[in-house]
Amino acid sequence: MNPASPFLEMDDVPRVQVSFDGARLSLPEGANLAAALLAAGVDVFRNTPVSGAPRGPFCMMGACFDCLVEIDGVIRQACMIEATEGLQIVKPHEAKAGNDPA
Amino acid sequence: MTRRDLVVIGAGPAGMAAAATAAELGLSVTILDEQPRAGGQIYRDVDRVAMLRGDILGTDYTDGARLTAGLRRDGVEHISGAVVWAVEEGFRVSYSRNGRGAQITADRILLATGALERPMPLPGWTLPGVMAAGAGQILLKQSGVLARNAVLAGSGPLLYLIAAQMVRAGTPPAAMVETQTRADMIRAIRHAGGALRGWRYLLKGLKMLAEITRARVPRFTGATNIAIEGAQRAEAVTFTSHGRSRRIPCQTVFLHHGVVPNAQAARSLGVSYAWNTAQACFVPTVDPWGESDVPDVFIAGDGTGVAGAKAAALAGRLAALRIAEAADRLSAPERDRQAAKLRAAMSTELAARPFLDAAYPPCAEAIAPADDTVICRCEEVTAGDIRRYAKLGCVGPNQTKAFGRPGMGPCQGRYCGLTVTALLADTNARTPDEIGYYRIRPPLKPVTLGELAALDDSTLNSAK
Repeated sequence: MNPASPFLEMDDVPRVQVSFDGARLSLPEGANLAAALLAAGVDVFRNTPVSGAPRGPFCMMGACFDCLVEIDGVIRQACMIEATEGLQIVKPHEAKAGNDPA
Repeated sequence: MTRRDLVVIGAGPAGMAAAATAAELGLSVTILDEQPRAGGQIYRDVDRVAMLRGDILGTDYTDGARLTAGLRRDGVEHISGAVVWAVEEGFRVSYSRNGRGAQITADRILLATGALERPMPLPGWTLPGVMAAGAGQILLKQSGVLARNAVLAGSGPLLYLIAAQMVRAGTPPAAMVETQTRADMIRAIRHAGGALRGWRYLLKGLKMLAEITRARVPRFTGATNIAIEGAQRAEAVTFTSHGRSRRIPCQTVFLHHGVVPNAQAARSLGVSYAWNTAQACFVPTVDPWGESDVPDVFIAGDGTGVAGAKAAALAGRLAALRIAEAADRLSAPERDRQAAKLRAAMSTELAARPFLDAAYPPCAEAIAPADDTVICRCEEVTAGDIRRYAKLGCVGPNQTKAFGRPGMGPCQGRYCGLTVTALLADTNARTPDEIGYYRIRPPLKPVTLGELAALDDSTLNSAK
């Protein structure tokens, strides 16, 4: 359990090592990545391309696109992927408004 | 390219029940679903999770295992992790899976895409730590991740369900900030007759309330002026209840004031929608079998109006009967004989709905937000912006896009569409039907060039 996180994990499962914006994190293997990052104490997943406002997961079902992160140069919804060993996750480096991911 | 008698989109209760019933009647069925495992949102990941924490989630959740079992029968192909981004006439369904595009064709389509949380734009609702209540439930169900100190804000039965589950899990919410008033309950009493026929739901509600009260979770009703404070993340909820201003520090806020049909795929196919005053949302035009006004396009479950998981499964079965009859796999009398039992059960399921809709109406200040509240999360357009566009002569949701891009971000209006319609209707003194909704076009979800480039290969492979 991460004392810095407002969330706690009920399940005790094997862990994988990932990094988020350079920080090393230990997450439950195969867990929903957005849930696992929240439980590990990550709250700001990205800053918006419009105003730079901080955002984190909102819907957890692939509809709101607020949990976008960048993995291997691809911007993906953290709530739609699983935590696997060695993921290098960073906040998306989107161009300013006009470069629409949709 | 593979051709199937029926392609079902969405493996929640409606989709799973429809797929199993259609396959039982001899149809070839493919069911496409975004999640790694079947269940939809209500029964999310039930096959894995029922054993882990079925006691916390209750039988209303673990019952879903009966439906997932139906996907393992012959005749059903369940493609998980499939993100559908286009459904075209004919019918051709395009989706991405593991970074590759693929296509499948079908004689008939059943859209079982369920519901989304009703957008709840309040000051501070975009801050990290503020989530939809459904998201809180998904965290608990799928991941066993619990908020230690959450405030639940809004109204409706789901708010009590998640609170009761949090109590059972040992992390009761810090407070419940409820927007419904005593006047709402008095208005709801005239539906009490129906509610008594749906007494099982009322009893469940009372049991949940008793659990919440026993755990001494503070409840504040008739709450107004709700806002979430914080700079980089949620730090507190402020509101007024019964004349007193309050501030509750917390790092997590779960918002909820009902769910509304997820209409993206159906709208992209040209299905017509009409405003439903009782549910305060648009619902698609469908016949008693769930067939829409676009021939051979069926919709079942909460996508036709919110009625819950049990009703969704019944609606899925009804649609499958009609689809099997249309495909000459079932006689019309036999279809009607089997449907009669389902319709009787459906009537019981729907009995408590009018009472619940009246007792827990949407939160008024989230339907008509203050001018400086962000209503389009993606493009950060405020309620005041929309009102200003309306005063400049903007009458339709599609036109607002030219003024300020609402609905043009990656969520494609899923979490601002109803708010934009409501604001334009209010400012222009028109009805929601007159104002209408965003025009939805594919791609329904963002698709990469790589996924498109891989499309031909995967299509050839699937045809082998």
